[in-house]
Amino acid sequence: MTDVVRTGFRPSRVAIYGLLLLAALVYLIPLFIMLVTSFKTPMDIRTGNLMALPTDWTTIGWTKAWSEACTGVQCEGISGYFWNSFKMTVPAVLISTLLGAFNGYVLSKWKFKGSDLFFGMLLFGCFVPFQVVLLPMAATLGKLGLANTTSGLVLVHVIYGVAFTTLFFRNYYVAIPDALIKAARLDGAGFFTIFFRILLPMSTPIFMVSLIWQFTQIWNDFLFGVVFASGDSQPITVALNNLVNTSTGVKEYNVDMAAAMIAALPTLVVYIVAGKYFIRGLTAGSVKG
Amino acid sequence: MEHTQRQPARVARAPSRFLDALQRWLPKLVVAPTFVLIGVGIYGYMLWTGVLSFTSSSFLPVYDFVGFDQYAKLMANDRWLTASINLGIFGGLFILSCLVIGVILAIFLDQRIRQEGAIRTIYLYPMALSMIVTGTVWKWILNPSLGLEKLMHDWGWTSFSFDWLVSSDMAIYTIVMAAVWQASGFVMALFLAGLRGVDSSIIRAARVDGASLPLIYWKIILPSLRPVFFSAVMVLAHIAIKSFDLVMAMTAGGPGYSTDLPAVFMYAHTFTRGQMGLGSASAMLMLGAILALIVPYLYSELREKRHD
Repeated sequence: MTDVVRTGFRPSRVAIYGLLLLAALVYLIPLFIMLVTSFKTPMDIRTGNLMALPTDWTTIGWTKAWSEACTGVQCEGISGYFWNSFKMTVPAVLISTLLGAFNGYVLSKWKFKGSDLFFGMLLFGCFVPFQVVLLPMAATLGKLGLANTTSGLVLVHVIYGVAFTTLFFRNYYVAIPDALIKAARLDGAGFFTIFFRILLPMSTPIFMVSLIWQFTQIWNDFLFGVVFASGDSQPITVALNNLVNTSTGVKEYNVDMAAAMIAALPTLVVYIVAGKYFIRGLTAGSVKG
Repeated sequence: MEHTQRQPARVARAPSRFLDALQRWLPKLVVAPTFVLIGVGIYGYMLWTGVLSFTSSSFLPVYDFVGFDQYAKLMANDRWLTASINLGIFGGLFILSCLVIGVILAIFLDQRIRQEGAIRTIYLYPMALSMIVTGTVWKWILNPSLGLEKLMHDWGWTSFSFDWLVSSDMAIYTIVMAAVWQASGFVMALFLAGLRGVDSSIIRAARVDGASLPLIYWKIILPSLRPVFFSAVMVLAHIAIKSFDLVMAMTAGGPGYSTDLPAVFMYAHTFTRGQMGLGSASAMLMLGAILALIVPYLYSELREKRHD
């Protein structure tokens, strides 16, 4: 295919590169605007424009966003919420990935009567709009004493994340030959031995996909955060929204943009470091093969 | 299956019957927690919400059966009508724009481009961002006085005016813009993966027959990517129906309720306006919309798998 393409499109190579670069610019400009605005003074923002570089660079927006900005009634910045998000995301990611790994192992290598139906239920669970579970879940969390707590959010994210992680692992393990498992069983290896000795060592890529996918999803979640958490237990996305949309007085766009950057940084860093796995996660469910 | 499972037991010289039974039950025990969590957390709660949608619940759940009253109220509700129409506008434009942009970028990126990896990374990074971050940034870019408008004035286009964000007729389109910016790179990735799977000998044969490259793409390659189109539309429609964060961050449904989407309507009525019954009914209709989309898709997927 490559030879053909080369000769056929050569005259318009410049146009292709031009369009691709233009598109790249369009995708990058919002990030650029977010960054330069966050380093401007409020004065600079009023006199300059979106694309102008700061006349004097200042980190005042960042320090203010981190420790002073008002998110509703409180004015202690978003640092607390940033750590909330970590406290919520890390356990939820680990638990849901671990559960998913074992589920995927069972649903591919230890099928039982009804396991396909169970898999179908999980698959469908990936598509359900969360609006249909919000109210009962809020009631349940209240009964369990987990309303407005980070543990409650962890539980919620595990429940609604495990369908995805199971899907990842199941599809990964299905491709591993059954003969391998059968041979191990004949040698007397049990359920866990087979998993830890045979499957786990070859599971690094899918663990990366699952961990990164879950991290991004849970860190970026807003719906569960805004419904199930309030005040001190809110995750960063809710705090950012409060900061941007409910603060009174003079609007400080440099603080808004710095706060948005802070909220975006963890997932951006993960994306830059391990984007390959992120893309695999994105396309896992939607492209066959 | 049963046969091979008993084999090791015999080899290991008759372990206790308890261990044997445990071994046999182990797979089921391992998936049991998930089964319970999903069974209750998804299917049980779905049912519960369904029940609530047939009651007159307001601030607290009450279990009186009022039939389809809430659904009737919903249909007569102006705000719900606006939300549904908005979903049509938003969903339609969002899906169409993402598809067009995604396909074009994927085709162009498939022409042995130098630095393809870097360019792809740039197209896709918005997908790693929270919708709230995206909304915050676009709200600032589209700020009627200090944003894009001021930029154009500074660059010499003094008559330029852009106040869509605060105009009740146009605000919904600003949400489309931000959403397309975020998700089009993802569609590009889907199609690029699809293009990489196209058999190059077909293209070579068509070239030999004298077909031009654009014609080959239009007549042969794109039609062969039909499954990718389906997948992309599914995923995008799903994103559109569930859209909530972006609206909350950019307009919070305003001005008035001109940018309400069903998810925003559901949240507002259930959690801030104390109309649980109505909120539940709206959630059930959202589920209905997803079902209408997903069931045929899953059905065809599973049927194809069986044929493999």
